[in-house]
Amino acid sequence: MAIRERLSGNEAVATAMRQINPDVVAAFPITPSTEVPQYFSTYVANGLVDTEFVPVESEHSAMSACVGSEAAGARTMTATSSCGLALMWEELFIAASCRLPITLALVNRALSGPININADHSDSMGARDTGWIQIYSENNQEAYDNFIQAVRIGEHKDVRLPVMVCQDGFITSHAVENIELIEDDKVKEFVGEYYPQNFLLNSKQPMSVGPYDTPTYYMEHKRLQAEGMIKAKKVILEISEQFEKLTGRKYGLFETYKLDDADSALVIINSTAGTAKDAVDRLRAEGKKVGLLKIRVFRPFPAEEIAEALENTKSIAVMDKAEGFNSQGGPLCSEIKSALYNIENAPKIINYIYGLGGRDVKVDNIIEVYNELEKINKTGDIGNKYRYLSVRD
Amino acid sequence: MSNVTEIRWHGRGGQGAKTASLLLADVAFSTGKFVQGFPEYGPERMGAPITAYNRISKNKIRVHSNIYEPNFVVVVDQTLLESIDVTKGLKPDGAIVINTEKTPEEIRKELKGYTGKIHTIDARKISEEALGKYFPNTPMLSAIVKVSGVMKEEIFIKEMQHSFEHKFAAKPEVIEGNMKALKIALQEVK
Repeated sequence: MAIRERLSGNEAVATAMRQINPDVVAAFPITPSTEVPQYFSTYVANGLVDTEFVPVESEHSAMSACVGSEAAGARTMTATSSCGLALMWEELFIAASCRLPITLALVNRALSGPININADHSDSMGARDTGWIQIYSENNQEAYDNFIQAVRIGEHKDVRLPVMVCQDGFITSHAVENIELIEDDKVKEFVGEYYPQNFLLNSKQPMSVGPYDTPTYYMEHKRLQAEGMIKAKKVILEISEQFEKLTGRKYGLFETYKLDDADSALVIINSTAGTAKDAVDRLRAEGKKVGLLKIRVFRPFPAEEIAEALENTKSIAVMDKAEGFNSQGGPLCSEIKSALYNIENAPKIINYIYGLGGRDVKVDNIIEVYNELEKINKTGDIGNKYRYLSVRD
Repeated sequence: MSNVTEIRWHGRGGQGAKTASLLLADVAFSTGKFVQGFPEYGPERMGAPITAYNRISKNKIRVHSNIYEPNFVVVVDQTLLESIDVTKGLKPDGAIVINTEKTPEEIRKELKGYTGKIHTIDARKISEEALGKYFPNTPMLSAIVKVSGVMKEEIFIKEMQHSFEHKFAAKPEVIEGNMKALKIALQEVK
């Protein structure tokens, strides 16, 4: 029986951490993810977990400690946001290239400047090519469910990569909402014990981690790392299937909502997907053929599957909660466009930059986007391909 | 959509409007509802205006935006009436609850042409009487539960007792005063 609860997104992730009971958590507080290590450190203090909690002096040190402890063979976790992730930058690459399956709870927040503490995706989108698997969450339930699955995905022998599980700062991290929790023992059983194949504290197999790699082998190692990312897609789906057997909650690489017969579609990430579903229902009630695709797994990017799901639409608005500053649009739009490049009669694609620095997004704002798509479908004229949603001119 | 009750809280940093919105979410959850309780975050300081929100529904809530057309508005500090348009977007068939020693008729002229229902409650008097200190959020929580009718009063009192026992496990001496404030407030809201 599932446990009916009400928790904020942060407390949901901290609860998942408690149930998993990792060997090491090393973290430095930063708004809005602060509550995750805060809740977790009380679990440590109250003896609910036997984790070694390392309160480090910066995020640079947090990720360094995670790299060291995961290399030693310990199941390791952390949490951060925004500039905290930026300060981990160098170590993010090291964690991925050393094939260390660290699990990171990322509470998405804008990067400075101007200084802003509210939600957007500029932190995780900036880290999209660091070699980490990225999984996104619409609400507290998904943040909790994804975090539990992330451990299995990263540690899988075919993958062995770090995973960041993202949710929107404040919008879901600080909102108390209903959630269904899994019993502690079932989470422990699902996640299982961690037996790394190679680890530093294995006296029978001395090894070094992260040494200098000469041009003779560097490329082969990168090729192997890329292979782990390619194989992750299948592993993510296998683990989703097992998770569905446990909870009844179905996860894929992405979620489609009323997309099958849709003429106009949105592609969207995280909390605004929920708002957009209400917009879809309102427009469907008026007989309009609209739907959406919500990205769950951004790295690896499920390009072929997304292309198949979107190929019968007439027009698509890709919603980016991060600027790309490439003068063409946001990072999600670039991915979607390349995914659809080889489709015959590909749908028309426009890009919206929206919700930067916590700019609120209402159902009406999303309806505005669908109205623009309808206009494109009627006139055939795509107009401006790179737009901003609800912004002052 | 229509069976969602949406509530907007206006308070000042330190008065507990955010806590009250989370407590309301808590207590509505315990009656089997789907809930959201969330504050609007910014660079808060003690005394600065803050906003918090609640959605309470029989169905799953998916929307993740602030609330612009609330069914109910709670004003925890009457000095906000000068600087904030507290009735903005408030549904005509909704109501506003204000912490003030004035009567609804007296306060109406400060609400810039608002014609809907007004309720008032002297949360300062109740709080000082029950707790010996000024914590306006507990009486305001009672007031909004009564005015909105989101749950029965007996159930609210029972669940709050339970909630305070959990919340104040380390300082049980404050439970009685808070419960008293809740109960007086249910009687005194005008």
